[in-house]
Amino acid sequence: MTFRFDGRTYNGFAGDTLASALLANGVRLFGRSFKYHRPRGVLTAGSEEPNALVELGDGAWREPNTRATVTELFEGLSARSQNRWPTLGVDLGAVNGLLAPFIAAGFYYKTFMWPAAFWEKVYEPLIRHAAGLGRASEHADPDDYEKAHAFCDVLVVGGGPAGLAAALAAGRSGARVLLCDEDFRFGGRLNGDRCQIDDGPGGLWAEQAEAELRALPNVQLLGRTTVFGVYDGQTYGALERVTDHLGAVPGLPRQRLWKIVARRTVLAAGAIERSIAFGGNDRPGVMMASAVRTYVNRFGVAPGRTGVVFTCNDNGWSTAFDLAEAGLASPTIVDARTAPARHLLERAAALGVRVILGAQVVDTAGAKALRSVTVALGDGHATTLPADLLAVAGGWNPTLALSNHLGARPVWRSDLEAFAPGPLPPGMTAAGAANGAFTLAAALRGGAAAGAEAACACGHKVVAHDAPRADDEPSASSALWHVAASRAKAFIDFQHDVTVDDIVLAEREGYRSVEHLKRYTTLGMATDQGKMANVAGLAIMAALTDRSIPEVGVTTARPPYTPVAIGAFGGPHRGPAFRPTRLTASHDWARAQGAVFVETGLWLRPQWYARPGETDWLQSVCREVTAVRSAVGVCDVSTLGKIDVQGPDAAAFLDRVYINTFSALPVGKARYGVMLRDDGIVFDDGTTARLGPEHFVMTTTTANAARVMQHLEHARQVSWPDLDVQLASITEQWAQYAVAGPRARQLLEAMLDDAIALSDEAFPYLACGEFAWRGMTVRLFRVSFSGELAYELAVPARHGRAVLQALMQAGAPMGVTPYGTEALAVLRIEKGHVAGPELNGTTTAADLGLGRMMARKKDFIGRTLAGRPGLVDPARPALVGLTAVNPAARLRSGAHLLKTGEKPSLEADQGYLTSVAYSPTLERWLALALVAGGRERMGERLTAHDPLRGPDIEVEICSPVFVDPEGARLHA
Amino acid sequence: MRIPCPFCGDRDVSEFAYLGDAGVVRPFPDAADAGERVFESVYLRDNPRGRHAELWYHASGCRGWLRVDRDTATHEVASAVLTRAPSL
Repeated sequence: MTFRFDGRTYNGFAGDTLASALLANGVRLFGRSFKYHRPRGVLTAGSEEPNALVELGDGAWREPNTRATVTELFEGLSARSQNRWPTLGVDLGAVNGLLAPFIAAGFYYKTFMWPAAFWEKVYEPLIRHAAGLGRASEHADPDDYEKAHAFCDVLVVGGGPAGLAAALAAGRSGARVLLCDEDFRFGGRLNGDRCQIDDGPGGLWAEQAEAELRALPNVQLLGRTTVFGVYDGQTYGALERVTDHLGAVPGLPRQRLWKIVARRTVLAAGAIERSIAFGGNDRPGVMMASAVRTYVNRFGVAPGRTGVVFTCNDNGWSTAFDLAEAGLASPTIVDARTAPARHLLERAAALGVRVILGAQVVDTAGAKALRSVTVALGDGHATTLPADLLAVAGGWNPTLALSNHLGARPVWRSDLEAFAPGPLPPGMTAAGAANGAFTLAAALRGGAAAGAEAACACGHKVVAHDAPRADDEPSASSALWHVAASRAKAFIDFQHDVTVDDIVLAEREGYRSVEHLKRYTTLGMATDQGKMANVAGLAIMAALTDRSIPEVGVTTARPPYTPVAIGAFGGPHRGPAFRPTRLTASHDWARAQGAVFVETGLWLRPQWYARPGETDWLQSVCREVTAVRSAVGVCDVSTLGKIDVQGPDAAAFLDRVYINTFSALPVGKARYGVMLRDDGIVFDDGTTARLGPEHFVMTTTTANAARVMQHLEHARQVSWPDLDVQLASITEQWAQYAVAGPRARQLLEAMLDDAIALSDEAFPYLACGEFAWRGMTVRLFRVSFSGELAYELAVPARHGRAVLQALMQAGAPMGVTPYGTEALAVLRIEKGHVAGPELNGTTTAADLGLGRMMARKKDFIGRTLAGRPGLVDPARPALVGLTAVNPAARLRSGAHLLKTGEKPSLEADQGYLTSVAYSPTLERWLALALVAGGRERMGERLTAHDPLRGPDIEVEICSPVFVDPEGARLHA
Repeated sequence: MRIPCPFCGDRDVSEFAYLGDAGVVRPFPDAADAGERVFESVYLRDNPRGRHAELWYHASGCRGWLRVDRDTATHEVASAVLTRAPSL
């Protein structure tokens, strides 16, 4: 496979990571560090990598801070190093290293304080240019993401020896098992370590285990899948990298976000090897001992030719043995302990490995790659060893993040010199290295036991199997966090350039609490969240303050365990698919008529219908309004919420949710109703029709439909469960059309023939009826939002489009015109009807001129608090109409009202314009407004003040009903 | 978080809407101190740490209002019952 790094083309193999392929090509320098621009290479072979971060991909695909150690190689992969200028080799930012004494922890809290004005213009741009990691693409994410849900009996997190053993034990019992591993190859450490299981190589056992699991129908394996978070209710978040290793594949998402609900979970996330803080421990060529084994054994890559192993435990020795057995020049072991086990010494002698005991690495040298290491010997002397590879084995930290996501803290185990899981989230057990079981045999045993126990808990019968045989010799260890004799920078947090000196400084300045330490030094706050750094930082703070490590405490671990792209959380819900879009039955027809649509809630509604030749929305809207006032118009009102209310107590129920009385409403009549919230403020309005003694149909505003349903269900189920009433949402089931204008009756008579008599005597204002027409059930309501003679015709939604076309056909001789929400708004403003801008959550029924609707002799929701002194104050803002004194002046909604000559201030505010429209009927701009004590101020002149958009305009207060105040048109 | 809806089964919390204290009883409107008591029931709510009886609405499910016994510290749900028995 060929791939590119910093513009150069290299070759690698399938199964390589970007890190292993670059190492195989002799590349040691991967990037520059965050603060000091120090050269950095590869430290680990896993997701904990803090150093080898690259920008992956080009253009909009560029993803910064990608860990080369977990980036699977594919043909054509393109990556760049980060945080260097002009090139990785020659980096001018490295001068920061010389300034290091001045940019220690907290430097910008101190240095850049004064002058304050310099912060935004000088200091911050400088710091931002100098510090940092990769660059964001600054384009919209071009990839597709998916979301998926999974339910299982047993979720196994981690596919190493413990996880495979757990999945086998649970899977063989028949339990539904989901096994997730972040690697693209199952096996965990079995892939990187030379070990034996049942007389065969560990890697072979892993392959056989995987094959058996894949053959079980009740087991699902998700490779390349990181379980990144634990949530309430045994819910887990996981990210599957579907095509990251293939480049773009048409038809497949880049990544898939899983939401997993598991009855039981086995945490087998393994452990992370820890570094030792010594001078120059960040130089390219210094690597974790386990990572060296992985590169040698799994990838067949020699990360160096002359190796030194610096260890404080037996485990580190195996790295030297593997290097020697791989045929690399005899490595040297530097062990801080004085008396390691005899069998180690014997094996070292047999392999020709040089051993230096009771010694510590104090410094390293080399410009862009390691050249030599300086070792302080037990006798006080020092020696310098040539080396291009230094493997560091500082012991192991169980990977605990998931065990702490619900707030639990880990417990310190002095026998392991490490934190182990504390109280676990409900349903979770830990196994293997994550549980502090560091030998291979213990991991296999613990995993099998945890898997069996989890399957049993889910009701499955477990048949005992013989545990596989493996090494059970514990690795003797003596914790070593810090080489005190080191003078050069000794790094704790590689990604954020936090050194031992920074922790010493924090302690000296009083930042001793673990949370203060973190924020003052930024320890553990980089994209790796301190996987390598946190415990070491705590250990050094503990030593400085003479406390034990558990006394220092730990910071809180939160999801996600490794970075997750925002795009994955968004999934397919972006752009037009961000929310569902609801379309009415006649949407396609409206589009064909030139409708311009507006979002109202989830619905798309025609805002106006542009005709050929019309260049301005106002032109279209005025034509539509004029058509309604002079002939007839049709408006799709299907989006109004429609709720079917039935039952013996339906009328009594409505009396309690509306301020006015519905029990007295005769069958065949409709009535306008207003609902309040508990606090006495208006909640929603609409007309409700009585189709039968126990059957009502309620309409709500489009925006509030779902909230009204919830409110009514609360009233029915919680407040008055004794009432015998049932509710059903029928918004989707009925298409509804307003037919408004002086020729509305003529149109409906022409279309409906004699299906119903429509004379004013037979079907007067507010009549309603249900009848059959052309084989369908039709509901007709004589209600009007426009103030014209008007009807609303409801038909089953599947007939909506055909009925609308029939209306247009029958109305053609009468000049029927479809109209949209803008014309609807103009018509209602001309008529003084309230809508969303007036029902804005601050107004009472009385404020809106609807106070007389409030029944006095019955209880209803909101009644008591609507009577509070503050809500009945006559000085409250009340609904009025406004016209500009100059008929040509344009009013703006949102403008505030002032007494003429007053300076704008909160105290001088008289109210504001809620709704504004140009009235083609009156040929001027009109407004509805809420004005303090407004109803007593008819004829008063005020100034409409709009500092954002326009000059002050003189306005006059008038009745909000501008057109046909007597209602002659309505009752025609 | 998951809520065991008695009608629909164990469901993700994203299907539900939260209201609050299930112990709030709508005061009798004609009592002499109705104003005071309604004010308290609307505005003065306890926000305890620990076990709490709460009202949840299964908006994306059966539209049932549930009384959910939940621990506000651990989010553990002990029980969930319909506030009104379904009249089927």
